[in-house]
Amino acid sequence: MTTPAISVQNVSKRYGETLVLRDINLEIPRGEVTCLIGPSGSGKSTLLRCMAFLEETTSGSILIEGEPLGFIEKDGKRRAQSPSELRATRSKVGMVFQQFNLWPHMTALGNVSAALRRVRKMPRKEAEERAMAQLTKVGLEDRAGHYPSQLSGGQQQRVAIARALALDPTIMLFDEPTSALDPELTGEVLNVMRALADEGMTMVAVTHEIGFAASVGNTVCFLDQGKLLFHDTPEKVFAAPRHPRLEQFLDTYLDRGASMLK
Amino acid sequence: MNFDFAVILAKGPQIIAGLGVTILIWIVGTILAAAIGFLVATLRRYGGRLMDKLLSVPVEILRGTPFLVQIFLLYFGGPYIGIRLDPIPAGLLGLSIYGAAYYAEIFRAGYNSVPTGHAEAADCVGFTRLQTILYVQLPEMALLVLPPANNMAVILLKETALLSLITVPEMTMTVQAIGSQQYAFVEAIVVLALVYWGLVELSNFLGRIAERRLSKLSS
Repeated sequence: MTTPAISVQNVSKRYGETLVLRDINLEIPRGEVTCLIGPSGSGKSTLLRCMAFLEETTSGSILIEGEPLGFIEKDGKRRAQSPSELRATRSKVGMVFQQFNLWPHMTALGNVSAALRRVRKMPRKEAEERAMAQLTKVGLEDRAGHYPSQLSGGQQQRVAIARALALDPTIMLFDEPTSALDPELTGEVLNVMRALADEGMTMVAVTHEIGFAASVGNTVCFLDQGKLLFHDTPEKVFAAPRHPRLEQFLDTYLDRGASMLK
Repeated sequence: MNFDFAVILAKGPQIIAGLGVTILIWIVGTILAAAIGFLVATLRRYGGRLMDKLLSVPVEILRGTPFLVQIFLLYFGGPYIGIRLDPIPAGLLGLSIYGAAYYAEIFRAGYNSVPTGHAEAADCVGFTRLQTILYVQLPEMALLVLPPANNMAVILLKETALLSLITVPEMTMTVQAIGSQQYAFVEAIVVLALVYWGLVELSNFLGRIAERRLSKLSS
């Protein structure tokens, strides 16, 4: 068996007194799309952010392609990774945020090429050529010179996806990528994600787009109150009889396009 | 009694020499103050809780005491602890440290204005802390910190007048001396006021140009 893309082992996370993640165990297989769903406050975003090491786990560990993220285990001892070791482990992972988080003082091309130039030390011309190829991939080659403020939300999110893809990650993490978008604009972002899934990219997406989870996801994980209640193929997760908590959760979706599942 | 500016202006070369010292101390002092202030703000933000607490002490002391008291302590008190400085270096040092405390607060506000997510995104694409500061946070905060930074530069310019009290041969000291020698004290002070005002307006003008350029870049 090959090592999973991401392996989450006994992960718990605590903010003060509140347990936001309770002993999560999960394996993200390579080349598959895993969707994390659940009500707000269920810990799904926190779990995803732990996979990008934007949050530290309180206990348990996360392995990226078999390598521990954030710490190194040697002779049974655990020590924190140095910043450069952390960057190396993290470089396999691309992250897309709910709020896009594009850098407003750079053009779309600047946003996508910045890391190629600064981190990969590519000459400007080469970096921009590669950035342009990524922008073309998300259908924004004609917007390369635009600043984020001159782009629609959907376009900004596609630039953000191109920015993450430019570094050739093997895993892409999406934190509610369409939640900040008008309903009309979610489609263009979901299409890009669908195309990416078709190419065989390993993806983990926290999403409220139940339709996307059902049609694109290979695995759907349902989190509630910091616990991973269950995970399975969308067919099994959404097939009747459903888990009562999921049933309750889906009820809130009736008018959001998930009615077809009922 | 008649105003007679001619006697003051006749000493043009002397005044210009004083003006030169004023401008030198102002510009070098402001650049140093801003650089130290930025360093302090950065260390307070990323150097851990202890560093933040430690650095807050000098910042509070410098912001809580008059500049005049600080330069007196530095220039007249310094020799007691083995710091013997000539007037110009003492003035420059005093002005830089005093300004740094305020610039540290300006840059602290600047850091706070950049959404955390923008730094997280930089983190995720592999930027080092320094790269994130240089390529993301600093340019993003530039537009916001520019008006208070210019304001502080203007205040520092006017504070240089106090350096005459530790015998820095800057403009205030020079023009006052001329005024006393020529029995034209009020004329001297008026000339002084006009020159400072001119410099302040120049600083504001440059500040506005910089602001316009930056806002064009980030719109």
